[in-house]
Amino acid sequence: MPDQLLFAMEVTLNGLMAGVLYALVALGFVLIFKASGIFNYAQGVMALFAALTLVGIMDGQVPFAHLINAIFGTDVHHFGWNVPAILAIALTLGVMVLLAILVERLVLRHLVNQPDIILFMATIGLAYFMEGFGDIMWGSDIKKLDVGLPQGISETVESATDAIFGYGFFIDRLDMVATVIAALLVIGLTLFSQYTKQGRALRAVADDHQAALSVGISLRFIWVLVWSIAGFVALVAGMMWGAKSGVQFSLSLIALKALPVLMLGGFTSIPGAIVGGLIIGVGEKLFEFTIGPMVGGATENWFAYVLALAFLVFRPQGLFGDRIIERV
Amino acid sequence: MKLKLATMVVAGVMAAAPVMADLVFPALSYRTGPYAANGIPFADGYQDYFTLMNERDGGIGGEKVRMVECETGYNTEKGVECYEATKGEGALIYQPLSTGITYQLIPKASADGIPVHSMGYGRTSAKNGKVFEWIFNYPANYWDGASIAVKHILDQEGGDISGKKIALVYHNSAYGKEPIRTLQELSKKHGFEFVEIPVDHPGQEQKSQWLQIRRDKPDYVLMWGWGVMNQVAIQEAANIRFPMDHFIGIWWSGSENDVLPVGEGANGYKALNMHMPGADFPIYADLKTYVYDKGLAAGAGDQSGSVLYNRGMYAAMLAVEAAKKAQELSGVAAINAAQMRDGMEALSIDAAKMEALGLPNFGPEFNVSCENHGGSGLGIVQQWDAAASKWNVITDYIESDKEIIDPLVAEDSAAFAAEAAIVERCN
Repeated sequence: MPDQLLFAMEVTLNGLMAGVLYALVALGFVLIFKASGIFNYAQGVMALFAALTLVGIMDGQVPFAHLINAIFGTDVHHFGWNVPAILAIALTLGVMVLLAILVERLVLRHLVNQPDIILFMATIGLAYFMEGFGDIMWGSDIKKLDVGLPQGISETVESATDAIFGYGFFIDRLDMVATVIAALLVIGLTLFSQYTKQGRALRAVADDHQAALSVGISLRFIWVLVWSIAGFVALVAGMMWGAKSGVQFSLSLIALKALPVLMLGGFTSIPGAIVGGLIIGVGEKLFEFTIGPMVGGATENWFAYVLALAFLVFRPQGLFGDRIIERV
Repeated sequence: MKLKLATMVVAGVMAAAPVMADLVFPALSYRTGPYAANGIPFADGYQDYFTLMNERDGGIGGEKVRMVECETGYNTEKGVECYEATKGEGALIYQPLSTGITYQLIPKASADGIPVHSMGYGRTSAKNGKVFEWIFNYPANYWDGASIAVKHILDQEGGDISGKKIALVYHNSAYGKEPIRTLQELSKKHGFEFVEIPVDHPGQEQKSQWLQIRRDKPDYVLMWGWGVMNQVAIQEAANIRFPMDHFIGIWWSGSENDVLPVGEGANGYKALNMHMPGADFPIYADLKTYVYDKGLAAGAGDQSGSVLYNRGMYAAMLAVEAAKKAQELSGVAAINAAQMRDGMEALSIDAAKMEALGLPNFGPEFNVSCENHGGSGLGIVQQWDAAASKWNVITDYIESDKEIIDPLVAEDSAAFAAEAAIVERCN
């Protein structure tokens, strides 16, 4: 097999894996948009906040240590213990649920019946608030996230492909884990929305707010629920991306990677987020591999948006989004 | 009533007078945003050194130092706003720690008559003092860095790198592109193949770039990165099992922040530096006595001894020494920005001076002159020891290849002079 074809296959596989990571971020956006029509600008920051909280709890870091020390003249930084990863993840999930309750109580409740743009603006404010709050709570330093996720080249894949093609493919074991987790997430979310009372209520609210309210579904509960689930998805995304780069404030920028995925897959479809992520991942990687060298490289950021725009021309609602029908 | 008012005004003016006489050093820092992890240690080191001057020496030449900190968020527009907001305070010098902000300040500060010191960043050709009267970039610049890295590779390869392949992984910005021209010239001179691999901001996803490196198998990879790009690149290099001792970063890709998140995988990674890492210097005893123990440490007080803390401290030390020189030249303690510039241009850092400052062999020896605002262009190579969690210095100070760099500096600065209608000085 020609080398270029083998390289293209390797790039495609890695593009699929990268796409899964993009989809993990996009999922959080979709969940909130689907249930409440809000484009949650703070989703990227939620991933950052969740990852910061996870590392902070695991390392036994004293929250607001800098502030406490400045006010009381103390010198406390750590509690002196480490929390096992599983327990820390559970506690972080609790923090994200608390955050969801606070967002509903302090922000969303006061903006019921406001235009979508107002809700969107509120999430912008929320994003900046959470970024600053996370900074004060856990500090700005880069933190190593070690929850036991494997990293580095998969030697099994490398030797298997070497035996077949005479060239060992590179696949990052972290990406493989992310793929499994994303699949489990989608299955879990699908089962939840199809077979649980809360899930059905969530779908009812997504279909028609007024009708859902008329049959006694609490909109406030649904909002807390969906922001909690989005918080959980943010935690998973934060863990995956944080394991790659360390937990640091640029994690919030991963939201930029989700936008073309949403444009392509649609804002209201969970399968759309996954398929959109895969298309963007493969598309940008293959473009960089084939055309990139001719145009000086670094094409991935802009090409993802070009690809999404190209799809939008033919399907404005995205691949799996709800069809837009306006009756006049 | 009128008498009371007049008394209050006079008292106010008198109270304000000592403040007006302070030596003002603005700090355009970034403690927030995606680059805060790097901005904080630099800002802390910068601030702590000035605090030490005030607490231990009573200021500089008897004049107290006043720091004016302004948050830029590593954002060029905010950096310019900070400059405009602080220059009226009597600012003596700006050190913005951002190539983007430096480029914006070059014409502004030159017009306002306030010196800018872009230490190891900014516009490389600002080294030419004949053209850039108010801009300084000593002790070394990006082109020195590129040359020092290649010299180190030459040393590793027994002096012959013809036929070797060297890739540059760079931040796709003005900063990241700076060394390209120099590396192209060096590839012609030494006969190595030069490959450019750009990474878009912020650099969180670099799979394509490292797959390319895995395919192309360059003998060495150089990196011009900043922020998250560094950690991801080092992680990806470890993932593809690229030999870490063949991976060399510029001094902005060589702090603890860049390697610690990668853990054991970063072991052996190399980076250039323009000063020594670590806290094994006598000055740290003074910092402890006069700054840390008094509760006057900047920020959280937890950055002491890190590479970027040392760099901030080094930047402040060079500013203080230039201010002392300015006081000596002008004969006044309360110097102004123009006198500060004169002091910078006459700055001389030698081993005896560094020893006296409690920083023996901390940086290279160099002299600044009217023609040369860039210093000696010396740098060291440091290597990360993951087990000990520390940088080890593995070379002496290496001098850059002036035969390549000087003509490039002359060419670029001449183009700037023609564009800005600047008449060369120092003749």
